[in-house]
Amino acid sequence: MIDKKQLTHLKQLEAESIYILREVAAQFENPVMMYSIGKDSSVMLHLAMKAFYPGKPPFPLLHVDTLWKFKEMIEFRDKRVKELGVELIIHTNPEGIKMDINPFIHGSKLHTDIMKTQALKQALNKGKFDAIIGGARRDEEKSRAKERIFSFRDYFHRWDPKNQRPELWNIYNTKINKGESVRVFPLSNWTELDIWQYIYLENIPIVPLYFAKKRPIVEIDGAKIMVDDERMPKHLREKAKIEKVRFRTLGCYPLTGAVSSNAETLPEIIQEMLLSRNSEREGRIIDKDQEGSMEKKKIEGYF
Amino acid sequence: MGQNLVATNIEQYLKEHENKELLRFITCGSVDDGKSTLIGRLLYDSKTVLEDQLSVVKRESKKYGTTNEEIDFALLVDGLQSEREQGITIDVAYRFFATDRRKYIIADTPGHEQYTRNMVTGASTANLAVILIDARKGVLTQTKRHSYIVSLLGIKHIVVAINKMDIVGYSKDVYENIKRDYLQMYEKLTKSLKEFKDSIHTIDFIPISALKGDNVVQKSTNIQWYEGKALLEYLDTIEISKDINQKDFRFPVQYVNRPNLDFRGFAGTIASGSVKVKDEITVLPSGKKSKIKEIILPSIGSDSKLVSIQEAFAPMAVTLTLEDEIDISRGDMIVHSKDCLTTSDTIVAMIVWMDEKPLELEIEYEIKRATTSLNVIFEEIIFKKDVNSWEEIKTDTLELNEIGKCRLSLTREIACDPYNKIKGTGSFIVIDKITNHTVAAGMIIDATKSDKKKRVYTEAEIELNRYIRKHFPEWGCISIEEKK
Repeated sequence: MIDKKQLTHLKQLEAESIYILREVAAQFENPVMMYSIGKDSSVMLHLAMKAFYPGKPPFPLLHVDTLWKFKEMIEFRDKRVKELGVELIIHTNPEGIKMDINPFIHGSKLHTDIMKTQALKQALNKGKFDAIIGGARRDEEKSRAKERIFSFRDYFHRWDPKNQRPELWNIYNTKINKGESVRVFPLSNWTELDIWQYIYLENIPIVPLYFAKKRPIVEIDGAKIMVDDERMPKHLREKAKIEKVRFRTLGCYPLTGAVSSNAETLPEIIQEMLLSRNSEREGRIIDKDQEGSMEKKKIEGYF
Repeated sequence: MGQNLVATNIEQYLKEHENKELLRFITCGSVDDGKSTLIGRLLYDSKTVLEDQLSVVKRESKKYGTTNEEIDFALLVDGLQSEREQGITIDVAYRFFATDRRKYIIADTPGHEQYTRNMVTGASTANLAVILIDARKGVLTQTKRHSYIVSLLGIKHIVVAINKMDIVGYSKDVYENIKRDYLQMYEKLTKSLKEFKDSIHTIDFIPISALKGDNVVQKSTNIQWYEGKALLEYLDTIEISKDINQKDFRFPVQYVNRPNLDFRGFAGTIASGSVKVKDEITVLPSGKKSKIKEIILPSIGSDSKLVSIQEAFAPMAVTLTLEDEIDISRGDMIVHSKDCLTTSDTIVAMIVWMDEKPLELEIEYEIKRATTSLNVIFEEIIFKKDVNSWEEIKTDTLELNEIGKCRLSLTREIACDPYNKIKGTGSFIVIDKITNHTVAAGMIIDATKSDKKKRVYTEAEIELNRYIRKHFPEWGCISIEEKK
């Protein structure tokens, strides 16, 4: 089926992503890689380790910490960064800390805007980054299908879908003026299945929350929310039941729904994904805030 | 079958699916030709469409559907396109699906003439083009335009899907007539596109009905006279492994990896050909020689340990180390010493203009070719091509979506290959130095050293040259006048 001198689709995707990462390192003064600790981030970090081997990736990782991530995510982040010996920048919106933003009280919209979108802009302005590498895929969400791999942002981090640069072959235009930046998506052409399959093949460590386990769960607005700490209001916490669940996507714990599952291994996760016919974002509350919400958020500067 | 294996033996399924090939294709045709219906059906029948998306489409089919069927497949794609109406009207969308054999990336581009640049964008990475023809209408001007662009971009395989066969009573005559017309047109196209000879490897024809599903995923029982494959089987089995040039080794140096004093590696993606340890290489444009010491590719399954391999081929992303300490930087090209290229500072190329602001002669643009960036001046537009009639027209500028043959003068010499030999080193983009926009795509036809600069022409020769260019533009005579 595959010729001796031919790459399988996963190896082609891998080669394409490595090329993109190297292009960023070679063409920009001050790049940074977004690290959200999720499965796509894990794949991206793995590819960056490969791209510059035996050296380390010549750019830091940036984690925008909303302070509401799952505990296991933070543990995993710190462990992984230490193992690989890469540089990590953590940023939290200081105003958000002052306001003591709490998604249970302030709601997902305000929380996401202050702790994610605004925090991201702060971190990018502070770091004066000219290229920001992100793990988004085109199969994930409608407005992403049309986003370039090297996606230009103006001085205010705005994305203008009507005025994108044409992108031909594998030749990427990386020219920008001072203050402007480019968001780079090396995983654009990967699908969810490709990501899982690659994690499986390459043995890439991922946060244990992706695997099914018995966890304390509270049903809030139809979503299975895990009790991760004492900050969940007491009246909700008291309703918690132990259920066997896992997470298809990881974000802030009060805003990320779990799914009932028995998948305890990678092949079982992949099997479940292939047999279930719902998209991975079904558990994401922030996508459903309003119609076309992702496109709006992106124009405002969200990733 | 695949779904069965998922349920019963997932490990086996994963093993089989490690070895899928990747095929990228572009679909050409206007909305009326049934393009959305075709893509919708491919996505649906390959089970790419998820329940939450499908239930929306089912609901909409009852409301807006143009079919009496349960699902209007066009709505699957058009549904995704709805946000285009809110503003993203002219862009390429990339869609994905997979079969048991291959993973597919579809570049879905609008077919209208004003979107030529988007078609070029989608075609630049495609292995194959599906050109849709409405069986009732036959070969149209837009079929010609699409075929021209597909050929210009060096897509090796064309499959002409003659659609709406159900409306013409599955008539063999209709199909045969369109096929004959297309092949006649294609012969003229080949003559007209003399710049890139033999760029197409295969042309095939499939009678389909995207709406009824005839010959899309399943072979049609309505079209007994057709003995070929259904479209999906065709896509699954067409041989693409030989499309990459496996002979001429080209390695544009992308990044110099120097983590410590003991290691100096040259990272890059092999544009064509293959390389082995101990091969003798030459670095261009300096001409310095050395031998390959190591080929590094952290391999699958390892704990990111240093893994050297003995041989690497296109399009692998590797890091090379050399036996000698020679000065190499980004933009240089490593080739085998035995087929060393000459370098040149004048190139003739086909240019697709992509910017609102037209091309200006004599001003400096920047070009990016593989990993090399350098300044360039358009010396002359030899002709522009009418993409509908394939006529060559004399002009001094190219406007948005126009295609022309141009001579460009580079500020320094680079190693060049013609596009139809090696895409990776024969293609470039043009960047406006003030706006930073990507203003054009270029495909190299020919590269020469500019010894023309040494030759001094007499007044009489210049007069004669002017006369010929004015009265016989169809000869394509190049200007010999010194530019002011």
